[in-house]
Amino acid sequence: MVRINYDACLYCGGCVGICPVDAITLYEVRIEINEKCVNCGNCVEFCPVGALVME
Amino acid sequence: MKVDCLIVGAGPAGSVMAREMASYGHNVLVVEKKQEIGCPKRCAEGITKHGLDKLEMKLHPLCIFGKIRGAMLYSPSSKKVVMEGEQMEGYVLERKIFEKWLASEAIRKGASYMVKTQAIGMKRENKEWKVKVRNVEGIHEIKAKIVVGADGVESKVGRWAGLNTINKITDYHSGIQFEMAGLNKIDENYIHIFFGKEVAPYGYAWIFPKAFSFNVGLGIIAKNAKMRAYDYLKKFIEEHKEIFENAQPIEINAGGVPVSHFTEMVSDGVMLVGDAAQLVNPIHGGGIYRAIHSSMIASKVANEALNKNDLSKEKLKEYEKKWNEEYEEKNKKLMKLRNFLERLEDNDFELLAEILEGEDIYALTQAKLAFFIKKVIKKPSLLRLAKKYLID
Repeated sequence: MVRINYDACLYCGGCVGICPVDAITLYEVRIEINEKCVNCGNCVEFCPVGALVME
Repeated sequence: MKVDCLIVGAGPAGSVMAREMASYGHNVLVVEKKQEIGCPKRCAEGITKHGLDKLEMKLHPLCIFGKIRGAMLYSPSSKKVVMEGEQMEGYVLERKIFEKWLASEAIRKGASYMVKTQAIGMKRENKEWKVKVRNVEGIHEIKAKIVVGADGVESKVGRWAGLNTINKITDYHSGIQFEMAGLNKIDENYIHIFFGKEVAPYGYAWIFPKAFSFNVGLGIIAKNAKMRAYDYLKKFIEEHKEIFENAQPIEINAGGVPVSHFTEMVSDGVMLVGDAAQLVNPIHGGGIYRAIHSSMIASKVANEALNKNDLSKEKLKEYEKKWNEEYEEKNKKLMKLRNFLERLEDNDFELLAEILEGEDIYALTQAKLAFFIKKVIKKPSLLRLAKKYLID
């Protein structure tokens, strides 16, 4: 599953725009990933700072 | 609460849409999820004078943080090509101020705004949208005849309306930027663009001068990269000691840049503008101009639709048609060019730096490909790529 490193996240929302199942939402300064996530890894691959980690 | 037009997102696309719709006399509300309009930016903040003229936009002088005469492009071995001339002149904005100014212009025309207000869902009932929003005062439902998704790459409006706004990872730049102070030896009259597979794979690095700082950033296609965008930027700064020896960051930004437009732009009572519809130049990734242009076109159609009380998808489709009339052909060429450029190796960039003049590169950004094809097919190393990607 995808873990969010909130210390690294710059809440740019870029990950939301490539999520194929609409599992990610950006709430101002906090992203949340819900149970719809299919672990495709798109967001992990995209994240400019590596704030999303596949575990 | 009931409005004619609810706009989700108060960036340049949202606030220009609000200004136009309020000017037409409609009841307009903008909701912005952030507590402050305009920051943090996801942008290098550049726009050309030519673009502003076409948009008939006279900037408030406080929005302008840098005046630009042209661009200096650097090959991997630092061969320099200078682009200048009237068409290249432009500004580096301060987005925090620019976006607040655009909002103030919309408010002056009568638009209402709610900040720190997040749209959390919407449903269609009796030919209107009911949009749920959440803010300091709790959860509210807003009824709207038309909802405009100006909600950026993370657009939810599009998805709620059943439109496909999912970007492909191969058409989506992973962007990172430091705003820095203390740079040396950088000509502040130019933006500076750096190419190379090791600099920024499938993208480029940039330095944009501002009043007392510089936007230093890069975009890459993450799928074709060996490291995170952040690592490439650290490396770029490390490798240019002559520029960055005494430089320090005063801000860090990131963002996704949607460099290929594919989304259907309307649905019943819904329109998408700006980044939400991937309206970005596919070659340089600039989005402010197209975002505002999309709102100019969308607002004309929305005004007519409201006046005729016909908010159907068929009616709103006029916006998409008008957009395509202006951009479809140009975009196709620019996408071809992008495919070609993405496949260049570093020695190809060196070759291009030798055979292209500044004005050639400007012509390329305007999707003029014929002369370019003639030039590159004479170079055996570029012939194969040119045949594959540039020639029909």
